[in-house]
Amino acid sequence: MGLIDNEGLQWSNLSRKQGSNPNAMKGSRVIYLDNAATSWPKPRETWRAMENFMRHIGANPGRSGHRLSIEAARIVLEARMAVAELLGIEDPLRVVFSRNATEALNLAINGILRPGDHVIISSMEHNSVMRPLRALEKRGVEIKVLACSPEGELNPQEVEQAIRGNTRLIVMNHASNVVGTLIPLAKVGETACRNGVIFCVDAAQTAGAYPIDVEDMKIDLLAFTGHKSLYGPQGTGGLYIREGLEGVLEPLMRGGTGSRSEFQEQPDFLPDRYESGTPNTVGLAGLSAGVRFVLSQRIVQIRANEEAKTQLLIGGLESISGVVLYGSRDARKQIAVVSFNIAGLTPSEVVMELEEEFQILCRPGLHCAPAAHQTIGSFPQGTVRLSPGYLTTEEEIHVILEAVGKIAARVTEGGVAHV
Amino acid sequence: MSGEKFPGGQKASYRVVLFYSTSGTLVAEKILKRERIEYKLIPVPRHLSSDCGICLRFLREDEGRVMEAIGGKVEIQDIHSL
Ligand SMILES: Cc1ncc(COP(=O)(O)O)c(C=O)c1O
Repeated sequence: MGLIDNEGLQWSNLSRKQGSNPNAMKGSRVIYLDNAATSWPKPRETWRAMENFMRHIGANPGRSGHRLSIEAARIVLEARMAVAELLGIEDPLRVVFSRNATEALNLAINGILRPGDHVIISSMEHNSVMRPLRALEKRGVEIKVLACSPEGELNPQEVEQAIRGNTRLIVMNHASNVVGTLIPLAKVGETACRNGVIFCVDAAQTAGAYPIDVEDMKIDLLAFTGHKSLYGPQGTGGLYIREGLEGVLEPLMRGGTGSRSEFQEQPDFLPDRYESGTPNTVGLAGLSAGVRFVLSQRIVQIRANEEAKTQLLIGGLESISGVVLYGSRDARKQIAVVSFNIAGLTPSEVVMELEEEFQILCRPGLHCAPAAHQTIGSFPQGTVRLSPGYLTTEEEIHVILEAVGKIAARVTEGGVAHV
Repeated sequence: MSGEKFPGGQKASYRVVLFYSTSGTLVAEKILKRERIEYKLIPVPRHLSSDCGICLRFLREDEGRVMEAIGGKVEIQDIHSL
């Protein structure tokens, strides 16, 4: 993978070698399996674009008419166009940028729902959906949570049955960040559309990792984050807003936009209506390059690659005795996120051993999605989550499987986990 | 851009088209570039609007082509002679 720069990896290897771990694995490379939290390493294009902005452009986009300001605004537009191209969005100006998916989801949820409205979600939602909704519930919004199967699967017919006269919004994540299970988006979108309900998708885990087309899937609002499978930096994300929705979607914030400065009221056109204040232009420069990377690799190719590695991981984990695997156990039905536990150990014990002994970095616990863990039966202790990325190698998957095998064997042999 | 001569002394051979946002202006710019229509990105002249943004200036005789190229793709706020 010539496009990837491993300077970051080598640097962390160096500090690791100088660290206190005498058992460091041969080669002592860290294996990063936390791509569902943030993808890493990034394609070199991402940070080169950011460096280019910081060194050579640097100005405030759209605030002034000078050439550096225009150059900065072009960078922001390029990022919009790249995201639009990836997601099948015809008009790039309908992509509004935010700090992350959480902010985009807060905009969508708080911007649409009013007291008396009814909203439908699944039981696999992330807290970035749950928490804004629970706060609105106190102000008179009714929430219907559709229970998914223990594998995280949603029966789309239940969506239809849950719709009522005052159902205003359906919010669903495209894929769970706990077990990776995909939701049948197109079916839910079709149901929403037929019933005149606004359909909002949390694509934090799938944008850049799984094909999405907002037209085919009848998506009205789509929240994405830049730092996961779009290979941009943290601090970037956004919301796609279907034409016409700006009439009913209240902005989260109001302020300076560089446009219509003579008016004290917020502009009503996109993207300015939802983008107050100076944007994260350096981040968007990186996001733009990251999305271009995804487009150049082709999303179907990325998906096929990740699906193969996921199947390898699932198959390998299934064959280790003592491992409890969650989710669909079928890579075709999920993205590259796999949750498991080792009987007799807590998730954090496993994760600590993986890091200390094998230099494998991943995330234990509830992954900001307690309801999802309740659904799959791993609440409150949570799971160990392995999330390979496009840049994870097959060889690394084998190393992980071997490591999990060793830890599990120690438990079954009666060895005590050294915590 | 600040060194740009404004058409104070020039004959009104130019038209400018204003958009609602900088993003809109830059989308229109891309279209004109693609259509190989001559244009210049200039700060919005103060007598037109107190906006701090930018607009596209083009030759009057190209107006038909400009309108055809960007019509329906980017919402136009205003169009003026200079
Ligand atoms: C399903 C899901 N939704 C929302 C988010 C929130 O994304 P961010 O932290 O970038 O706001 C995440 C990841 O953290 C996620 O996995």
